[in-house]
Amino acid sequence: MAGANETGRQASAAPFAIELKGISKAFGPVQANKDISIQVAKGSIHGIIGENGAGKSTLMSILYGFYKADSGEILINGRVTPIPDSQSAIRAGIGMVFQHFKLVQNFSVLENIILGAEDGAMLAPSLSKARKVLDDLSREYELDVDPDALIEDLSVGHQQRVEILKALYRQAEILILDEPTGVLTPAEADHLFRILRGLKDQGKTIILITHKLREIMEITDTVSVMRRGQMTATVKTAETSPEQLAELMVGRKVLLQVEKAPAQPGRTILEVENLRVKDDQGVERLKGISLTIRAGEILGIAGVAGNGQSELLEVLGGIARATGSVRMNGQPLDLTGRHSDGQSRRADGIAHVPEDRQVLGLIMDFTAWENVAFGYHHAPEFQKNALIMDNAAIRADCEAKMATFDVRPPIPTLAAKNFSGGNQQKIVVAREIERNPDLLLVGQPTRGVDIGAIEFIHKQIVALRDAGKAVLLVSVELDEIMSLSDRIAVMFDGRIMGERDPETTNERELGLLMAGITGGDAA
Amino acid sequence: MTKLPTWADVVLVPLISLLLAALVSALVLLAIGQSPVEALSVMVKGAIMSPYGWGYTLYYATSFIFTGLSVTVAYHAGLFNIGSEGQAQLGGLGVALCCLFLPWPHWSLALLGAMAAAALFGAAWAAVPAYLQARRGSHIVITTIMFNYIAAALMIYLLVDFLRPQGSMDPASARFPAVVSLPKFHELPLIGDFFLRYTPDGQVRLNPQGLPMYQKVPANISFFLAILACIGTWILLWHTRLGYMIRAFGKSEKAARYAGISAVKITMITMLISGALAGMMAINNVMGQAERLLQNSAEGAGFIGIAVALMGRNHPIGVFLAAILFGFLYQGGAALGLETTIPIELRIVVQGLVILFTGALDQMVRMMLGVFFRPRQA
Repeated sequence: MAGANETGRQASAAPFAIELKGISKAFGPVQANKDISIQVAKGSIHGIIGENGAGKSTLMSILYGFYKADSGEILINGRVTPIPDSQSAIRAGIGMVFQHFKLVQNFSVLENIILGAEDGAMLAPSLSKARKVLDDLSREYELDVDPDALIEDLSVGHQQRVEILKALYRQAEILILDEPTGVLTPAEADHLFRILRGLKDQGKTIILITHKLREIMEITDTVSVMRRGQMTATVKTAETSPEQLAELMVGRKVLLQVEKAPAQPGRTILEVENLRVKDDQGVERLKGISLTIRAGEILGIAGVAGNGQSELLEVLGGIARATGSVRMNGQPLDLTGRHSDGQSRRADGIAHVPEDRQVLGLIMDFTAWENVAFGYHHAPEFQKNALIMDNAAIRADCEAKMATFDVRPPIPTLAAKNFSGGNQQKIVVAREIERNPDLLLVGQPTRGVDIGAIEFIHKQIVALRDAGKAVLLVSVELDEIMSLSDRIAVMFDGRIMGERDPETTNERELGLLMAGITGGDAA
Repeated sequence: MTKLPTWADVVLVPLISLLLAALVSALVLLAIGQSPVEALSVMVKGAIMSPYGWGYTLYYATSFIFTGLSVTVAYHAGLFNIGSEGQAQLGGLGVALCCLFLPWPHWSLALLGAMAAAALFGAAWAAVPAYLQARRGSHIVITTIMFNYIAAALMIYLLVDFLRPQGSMDPASARFPAVVSLPKFHELPLIGDFFLRYTPDGQVRLNPQGLPMYQKVPANISFFLAILACIGTWILLWHTRLGYMIRAFGKSEKAARYAGISAVKITMITMLISGALAGMMAINNVMGQAERLLQNSAEGAGFIGIAVALMGRNHPIGVFLAAILFGFLYQGGAALGLETTIPIELRIVVQGLVILFTGALDQMVRMMLGVFFRPRQA
């Protein structure tokens, strides 16, 4: 019967660029993809949206030949095409741009583009051919990249263009992009979207995987929503709304906008003056940062990743050393000596939700309850006596926190690595916020966290602010900064480019500051 | 790879690894024209079928428990202490100095003093590599290996030039005074009865003074110290704040830094404890058995400790069991040498195979077992 259908369709309508039929894939007991069917029309931009762990990446990996589906079939241009490996995917005209680029850093753009697609043993003919093709492609789309530049000298946005060029050079007709804007400034993201529209106009088919509703609304023609391994809906973008998509993703109504009362700033909690940090290579990462945060306000630090935000958090959290002056509650903090460690910072009333919870915030092999004491292992309520820790008390504390923060599954003895990203983050946030710190440092609080948990974590941060505490929020998600912050400082190249009021500024203005362009005149 | 249930990982994997080691050992024996069945029965008979055999097996095991724990504690801080051997030799020096030059009224007091000295000397020998690792980043594996050689050379120098009694040709210290002699198993109440000698007609054999005669064994009360050390290590690692910090540091140095756990402090303290445990081994072999300090007193027990820790999954219970297994191999191997024509070197082959299969190839066993534990497809 299926066969009859196929031939019928091939004869009548134009075939879809990609059609997936009943794709299922299980990893052990986990059903990552369950009977997934989608049809992507040729020359369209199709969005796939879903929470972390919804199965988006698995599906794309099946399409690119990294995994083999347990059942189901893939049709490319109406023809059943088995894709056992990525070479077959490339032959079928599928190109993939990964979230983490797969480029050789010390190769030139040209060398990266021909890598794996060389025509023979000698490189010269391939290189000159690639140069010509690249020239055409750059002119056709807005893909201008210097072919002789080394990858390591290129900005992230340019590196991404190289990835796209790589796919086009291999004559990809179908381009899959996995979370392409996560590392881009707003301006770079706009540029990327212009490129994608240009590709679409040339008849290429694009699949865009993202968790950002705004991007889906802006650029896609159709959008498929995934939840828990299943495709819950495919809708025309023009006929849907962000609220409806969020609800489809999470399975319940979600508040997209953070609700908060106006800030009521009190006394000054943190004063940073002329903070400077050099990394191991002697490169200055913070070039004289000065800022203040008052009680009852959230200061958001916007910026593209790698412009010194991490270093700022690390210095304030007692992980890295620095020069300059920091006053906490009027008392100077030790920035270089014995009291520049995490324990002293905690004693001074600073709690820290680090940017990378898996590397810094949690010991992944430790159980949840062991992680609840992490950093607070000296706390008197966790000790039985001078020598022995009160493991039962820590476990009880963990159970209580799991209940308040709705950590799932609420099993204190489960290892941290076995929780989903959102639940791991809830453990960290619970641990830090429940200490009731005077100053909370938060880095990327919702990175890799699903929408339902984002809403919850945002509420907790606002509640802490309303309790009269100071919050320093670092995020590369501009939406998050705009909706949570009471003041926004933009960092670029280790400096603060300026401060803006979230009520009066806009993404364009912040985007320019993030790119290092000062002076409101540009906006 | 399929993740095994805990019981399979803890019980099944070591048992199957052992079985494989035994199998290959049997093949080696067949290849040199010996009977594996006979060899095994001689080993079992010689090591565990009599109180006398146990008296040796547990003596060896005691040493291995201490060195195994030494490696285990360091492992949990992410440090690979290969220097237990040298630390144990220095521990022996501490014990010898303590026993030879202090006037002890009773063995029990001497035991306390010797424990302190052994721990102190062992810890001191670990302190330098620890400092170099913590402050200078010199890799602890390299420095502890070097310190094993330095320890060996130092001991020869001290034994020959200072501790050797005048006129002796032997690079060994003088015999310790009788008062510091530790009670052996056959001298202990309750246990001692197992070691009584009997005449062929079933009577207890008596010496000319009319007292019962015992089979003399080297196992001594330091075996019980070793058990206490196992319990202490377990408490340290899983029930104290220090243990928490050690394990956190061992799992992730970066995260430990975030939590304000000092890398220098934890590296130093952990290695001092590790060295102290290795040093305490000397209570067993130097004070408990030889009763004088011999050259190369540790006899490789420090290296066996690495295998014991590996096989025991770096858990005190596992270390205890693995140490007894290696004690069995040592004593059984000695029985082989005595009672068969199988060359004594074969004992080293068997030990090597056990280490290979339990320590290095256990991942292979795990993979093979994974097939049976794969969840059924829906």
